[in-house]
Amino acid sequence: MYLTADAINLGALLAQVQSPRHGGIASFLGSVRDHQGGRSVLRLEYSAYDPMAEAECGRIVREAESQWDCVIALKHRTGTLQIGDVAVAVVAASAHRDEAFAACRYVIEEVKRRVPIWKREIFVDGTVEWVGAGAGGQRSSGGDHSVTSQSAES
Amino acid sequence: MTAVASTVTIRVLLFASYAELLGSDALEIMLENPARVSDALERLRAFPGGDRLPPKPLCALNLTQVEQDTVLRVGDELAILPPLSGG
Repeated sequence: MYLTADAINLGALLAQVQSPRHGGIASFLGSVRDHQGGRSVLRLEYSAYDPMAEAECGRIVREAESQWDCVIALKHRTGTLQIGDVAVAVVAASAHRDEAFAACRYVIEEVKRRVPIWKREIFVDGTVEWVGAGAGGQRSSGGDHSVTSQSAES
Repeated sequence: MTAVASTVTIRVLLFASYAELLGSDALEIMLENPARVSDALERLRAFPGGDRLPPKPLCALNLTQVEQDTVLRVGDELAILPPLSGG
């Protein structure tokens, strides 16, 4: 399972991929930032199309493991996250660092590009916005439904 | 001989901002056979709030991304996906 409603344990992910043949282990953690577009963020809420997200994560991991000689551990949170919480973690282990860095980078970029997960930002000022929702998206603040645009970024 | 059904009933899943636009995260729609993804989107636009869906939203049929001209079959699950924002 790549999605989890529980806190991500980096140590457990490292343990999944560590082995005597792996001399290079690269990791990436995406954690909840306290600001976005000059405004203060209170928390984030993640939702997912679970079965497709699981399938797509599996495809990305297999792609990385076939492109580089590596083993990948990947977890993505769902639900409500507070500032500083880890939202996504990728660990790539390989014989050497070049492969580990490249595979780790590939996995996080593809997860952001392809996995059906959405986050909603709850700002300190009370506004709530779906990240990335441009035309057709919406901003809700006490019934206000004006369209906004946000960049998605870890 | 198998009779060709005159209608196709599919399940539509809506997520995140699109679920809010239409006030629902899952619904069933019946379309005239043959039907394509674009026909399902046209039907959704007739629902309250559906007119605010973008012209070509990302769509997944039975967990795989598809184009608008993909043909729908009875029992298909069509997911309309807002811009992805994981990570």
